[in-house]
Parts: sequence; structure tokens; C-alpha cells
Amino acid sequence: MTALTTAIRLPSVNVRSYVAGGTYIALGLINMLVFTGHTGDATFDLSLPGASVHVPSVHVPGAPTALALGVLCVAIGVVRVVIDLPRWAKRLAIAVVLLATLVALLAWSDAGNTVSMNLLDLTQYTVVNSIPIVLGALSGILCERSGVINIAIEGQLLTGAFAAAAVSSVVGATLGLWMGIVGGSLTGGLVGALLAVMAIKYLSDQIIIGVVINVLALGFTTYLYDRVMAPYGNIWNTGNFFTPYKIPVLGDIPIIGPTFFDSTVFLYFTYILLIVIQVALFRTRWGLRVRAVGEHPTAADTVGIKVLWTRYRNVILGGMVAGIGGAWLTVGSTGSFSPGMSNGIGYIGLAAMIFGRWRPFGAVAAALLFSFSGQLGIELETLSVPIPTQILNMLPYAATIIAVAGLVGRVRAPAADGKPYVKA
Amino acid sequence: MSEQLPATEQPTGPGPAPERPRLLADLDRTGSAIITAITQGSPAVVTALSIFTALVVGAVLVAVTDPVVLRAWDSVGYAPGAAFSATWNSAAAAYSALFEGAIFNPSTVSAAFHGGSVAAIFYPLSLTVYQATPLILTGLSVAIAFRAGLFNIGAAGQFIGGAIVAAWLAADVNMPLGIHILVCVVGAIIGGALVGGIVGELKARTGAHEVIVTIMLNYIMANLLLYLLSSHNLLQAPRETNPIAPTIASNAILPHVGGPPPQAGLGFALALAAAAGVAWLLSRSTIGFRFRTVGANPSAARSAGMSVERSWVLVMLIAGALAGLAAAVVVLSGGSPPPPLVASTVGTYGFDGITVALLGRAKPGGVVLAGLLFGALYAGGTNVAASTSVPTDIVLVLEGLIVLFVAAPPLIKAIYRLRGAAGTGMEAVAKGWNG
Repeated sequence: MTALTTAIRLPSVNVRSYVAGGTYIALGLINMLVFTGHTGDATFDLSLPGASVHVPSVHVPGAPTALALGVLCVAIGVVRVVIDLPRWAKRLAIAVVLLATLVALLAWSDAGNTVSMNLLDLTQYTVVNSIPIVLGALSGILCERSGVINIAIEGQLLTGAFAAAAVSSVVGATLGLWMGIVGGSLTGGLVGALLAVMAIKYLSDQIIIGVVINVLALGFTTYLYDRVMAPYGNIWNTGNFFTPYKIPVLGDIPIIGPTFFDSTVFLYFTYILLIVIQVALFRTRWGLRVRAVGEHPTAADTVGIKVLWTRYRNVILGGMVAGIGGAWLTVGSTGSFSPGMSNGIGYIGLAAMIFGRWRPFGAVAAALLFSFSGQLGIELETLSVPIPTQILNMLPYAATIIAVAGLVGRVRAPAADGKPYVKA
Repeated sequence: MSEQLPATEQPTGPGPAPERPRLLADLDRTGSAIITAITQGSPAVVTALSIFTALVVGAVLVAVTDPVVLRAWDSVGYAPGAAFSATWNSAAAAYSALFEGAIFNPSTVSAAFHGGSVAAIFYPLSLTVYQATPLILTGLSVAIAFRAGLFNIGAAGQFIGGAIVAAWLAADVNMPLGIHILVCVVGAIIGGALVGGIVGELKARTGAHEVIVTIMLNYIMANLLLYLLSSHNLLQAPRETNPIAPTIASNAILPHVGGPPPQAGLGFALALAAAAGVAWLLSRSTIGFRFRTVGANPSAARSAGMSVERSWVLVMLIAGALAGLAAAVVVLSGGSPPPPLVASTVGTYGFDGITVALLGRAKPGGVVLAGLLFGALYAGGTNVAASTSVPTDIVLVLEGLIVLFVAAPPLIKAIYRLRGAAGTGMEAVAKGWNG
């Protein structure tokens, strides 16, 4: 612990504004020099084909747009270095520069291309694909705020996906879909309970046990898939899934409607859960107690909070939340289960939790960023833009490393995260 | 937790012998030592019980998912014996197929007497050793980091680092026999060490937790591999549209013993040498002593004048090098010519390394044995799927169950009502995100 504090070298404020300003200027120069390379107009569609409210497409001249945005970025960079801005202005500067660079990139990608770029496709898939990442991150937050490290998110997603597919197939019809969510959630909770017992009762190393649970989850679900689900697919894996439900009024708002209010029940549930957990953790007595247990269990115990009970409850709750995220993978998305289908989403959820500094709203922002960079890669590929998808896909992970290395503001876990509590 | 001594330094032998006449006590000592070891649950006993329990649970899983068994149980009222024998037969068939695929198949002996190949008798064992080789190496990678108090989840990423270099050197360059192998192996070791070194450097300089950094690097490396494999002028085979590396040059193929590949060969010798090297390093060298001290108690190591940061960087370099060596073995063997590198070549070697290190209690000898056990499971798993209706994934279940029990000795002790406490050998890493 002391070992680490001495090792941390934070850049001083002055160095930081040079680094930030320099980065903005560099991005601005890229916009001005690289993204002005294509001639012609870029066309952005702002509504999906067949939408009830049609928004006209936007045409922008590619090169001039990128040039103007580049100049803006450079100007912001210069201001950032010269003037000591207040906190809100610094944040605004980051947001504006990133957005400007993104628009310049999109304008460059589509400039001169006969195929228009559908921005709604981009936003809709970004939001939908972030669902399991957000739920996984929320699972991690519930566990880790109470002091138990949850690496097993991946396993909870996978078992949740398996159970949801199996239950919804066996029960069938619409009731089956809802039962699938319940089944996925309970199974995720069961995996959470296994983690809780191992970590809290048997004091096993939480990171190790999490990894082991992931191996076990992959083994069990793949075995059961090959032995039962695949041969008797018409019973166990019928591939039922939820259809989108458009919220009346809100769903008809141009751009925002199709992105946020014309989706499956999973998205709406994710919003609710997100707000509930954010408020519960930071605005209620319950949350104060959870955080006390995660930061300083001895002190929490002294004032009469049941440390172990709090941890059991939160880890199981977290497992249930991740289980719902798993259910999305099957009944919320493609319908049928396939082995190893969580495919690292749990680990991305873990990264989103860390990137979002163990806060629900932060985690959502990170999750959206991660799923956006993935979706952007797919969109750019269809426009045959010479940026390899794989390089774009690396960005979220690189960003997480940069965040934990403290290069852009340091992230810190709850103080007692990962430490078993044994009453003295 | 970091104030504990490394588990290996804890006395794990027999407890004090009870008061008895000297002669009797002398005669009795060996026996009582064994009994104490069993009732107090020494690490070896806990490991054995873990494997046994996992096999029992696996057998139950095989039986309850077997349609034949389920039908027999439907009529358990009239024919209870049939139900039990169907259950037994189902599990026994799977496990004997596992054994025949991994260790020894009696039918090959009779075949040898009737003009068949004698080498075929040893084929299952050879396959086991072949499968075990990369597992031992990634296991060593995870184990040595464990001993310095770091949890290396990144063996997969380091493996990819090594695989990229090995595949590149093996394909595009033509060198004389022997030298080509050496160049590829050394290149892979350097490739893996670089990826591991990044983790060590970041931890030493900024305190970034190695678990997070290694998980992220695994994905970065996986994407890098896919990018290289699908770029024409980089690592993609000529005239290919799929992401696949070129076939490696014949001079770069690791030699193997008799019969058709995949078979055990030079790779296994390299793995054993690496295990011996790690054992020497940990128990006989100053560097190893520093690693263990840093792992047991970084503050004490610092007070004693050791550079904790330098140990972190060095141990991650070595861990990465071992994972890179594993990649060299995989890329340069397994057929004539070996199958070219693709994204799925990486498989689960990284996470298998963790399970192997856990089962081997982070000791080089234990890692070799654990690697052989899991190698046998993988070798036998193919045969299980081929000769019974049980899918090969039963192996994944067994692997997961074994390490679950190994990672939680109190659970095994609760099941078998053993007394005393045996560490997992991993106490040095039991700490949170903040170090």
C-alpha cells in the first residue's frame, strides 16, 4: 500500500494543461490535414427507412467542414494552454474537441461517397449494444461498492444468457420471454451467490475465484449446449426474442425517439435500474451503508452495520443484474444461445465500471463510448474507409489502460475492495 | 493479507507426534505422518480430493444429461438395478474413453501383436504430453508472477505477442536448419516479454493494477493479431482473403518423436527446461529471493533495500517470455507443416495457464504435473467425443471444477470434514484493486 503511494507520480497542474492543450491542437491538426483529404459532399441520414416522422438528410461539404472543425480544435487547445480555465470549461473543452473530431472523421469518411451514412443506425446500435455492458458494469458496481471484487461478470452474463434461452424456449410464447428474464436473473444471482460464499465465507482470493467461475461457467454452458440444447433445439433453444416496443409520444421525437424510446423492454429497464442504483448508492441511507462497508468495514461494523450480510446481499443482487444483461444476449437480441456468446462483454463491463470510477452514470458513459467505437468500426467498414476496424476496436481497451495508469485523472477503487472482512 | 509469509515457507508437514514410547514412536512415525497429513489436509491431500470431487461431480453431470440414463430412471420403480447400472455405465464409458485417449488404450497392444504399430501404444501418452506443453509454459508464466505477488491474467496477450513474432520469422525468412528454430523461439520469447514488460512498467511507474492492464492488453493484442492477419502486406498469407498467416518454413518446425503429428517433441523438452529454470531462479537465485520477498511483503522488501518496482518489471518480463515460448511451441509444431497461425490458435491457453498455476500451487514442479493432468484431459477429451455421445466440453467442466475446489481449500475441508488449514499458495496475491 505504501509501496504504491510512493510509486504514483501525478503530473502537476501545469503539465496537465500543456498535455491537454497539446492533444487538442494535435487533434485539430489531424482534422485540418488528414480529414480534408476527400472532396465532395457527405450525406448523413437522420431517420431510419420507413420511419413515421421523416427528417431530411443533411448534406455537408466534407473538406471545408473538417477544416473549420480543425481550426476550432486548435483554438480551444491554445486557450486551454494559455488561460487557466474553470473546471466546467475544461470539461466542455474536452467534449467539444472530441465531438468536433468525430464529426470531422464522419464527414471525411462519407465525403464523395455515393452511399449516405445513416447516423441513426450508429446511435441506435450504440445504445442497444451498450445494454449488457451497462448491466455488467452495474453488477460490478453493486459488488465492489460493498467491497467484493467481481471478475465473474463474464460468467454471470453467460449463464444468464443460457438460462434465459432455455427457460423462454421451454415455457414458450410471450410469457416465456418474461420468464426467460426471470430465469436469467436468478441464474446470474446463483453465480453471484457462489462468488459470495467463496469470497466471504471461505475467504478465497476474489480475483482468482472470479476467473475460476468464468472458466466454470464457460465449461458448464458449453457442455450443456452440446449435450442438451443443440440436439433438442426445438425444446431448449427455440430462439424466441422480444420485439421492440415504441413508447407512445417519446418514440416519435425525431432522432432521439428511435434511439432511446423504440427498443426492447431491456433498454427501458436498464434506464430505470441505472437511476435507481445511482440514487440508492449516493442519496440514500442504504447506499451510505453499502459504501461504508466497501470503504471501511471495521468502522461500519462498529456502528452496527452488518458487514457480511451487506456483502452477501450486494454480490447476489449484482449477479442478478448481470444475469438480466445475459438474458439480453439471448431473448433481448438474437434469441438463441451459442457457446461462449458473452465473448468478453463481461470484461468490457468491468472496464466500463473502472473507467466510470465505480459510479453508475460514469459507467454508462464509458459503456456508450465502448459500444460506440465498436459500432463506428462497423459503419466505417461498410463505407470502405481505410481505418481498420481492429484498430478502432482497440481504443476502449487502450483508453482503460490510460485511465488506470492515471494519465488522464486517476481512478481509485473503494478502499476495502477485494479485502475479506474478518471480525477482530 | 500481504503480511503473510509465502505459503511455501509455512510448515505443511505433520503436526507434533503424540507422546508414546520412543521405539513405537519411531516405528510409527511414517504412518502417523501420513495420517496427520490426511486428517489435517495437507496441500497434496486437498489437491487429490479436489480432483476426485471434480471427477465425481463430472460423472454425475455426464449421467444426468444422458438420455439412456434418464429413460432408465423413468422406470426405476420396476427395475431399480437397471437405473443404477445405466448411470454407472454412462459415467464409466466417458471416463474410460478419456483414459484411453490420454494415457493408454489396451486395444493398441493387441493390435501390435497382430502386426499393428508398436508406436501406436504410446500415441495417447505422446498426445497428452503434446497438449500439456503450452499449458505448462503459460502455467509457469502465471505462477512466477504469482510468486512476486502479481496476478498475470495476460498470458493470452503475451502468447499473442510471441505468436506474431514466431509466425513472422518462421514464414518470411529462410535460414539453415537449427538456426531457424532458434531464431523463431528467441523471437517469440522477446515478443512475449515485451507485452509482459509493458504491464510491469505501468505497474512500477503508475501503480496501474496488473489485472486490469493485462485484461485490456489481451483484447488489444487479439485485435492487433486479427489486424496483422488480415493485412496483405503484414502477416497475411499471400493470395489469401481470410485472416490466416503463411505456412511456416520446414526448417522452423520443431522436431517431434515418431509417428504422425501431433506428438510430443522438442517443445516438451523446452517446457521442462523452462520449469527447471524457473525452479532454480525462485529457490536458488538472488532475483528469485527478491521476487518471493516482494510477493510476501512489498513494504518489508522495500525496507530491506530491494527495489519493488524493478522486481515487478523483471518478473513480468519473465512471465511474458514464458508465455511467448508457449506461443513458439504452438506455432512451430503440431503437424507437418504445422497449421498456420489464425486468430483461434490462441484458444484458451492464457486462462488455462491460470488454472494450471492454481492447481500446481504456483510451484514449478506442481505446474508441470498440473499441466500434464490438463493436457491429459484435453487429449482424452477428443476421444470422449469420438467414442461416446458425451461432448468434449466435459473437459472444460472438469478443469473448472478442479480449480474451483483447489482455490477454496476450506470448501474441500468442509466436505470431507478435515481439520487444519492449508494455503492455496496464492495468499501473496490476495489484495484489492488499490494494491
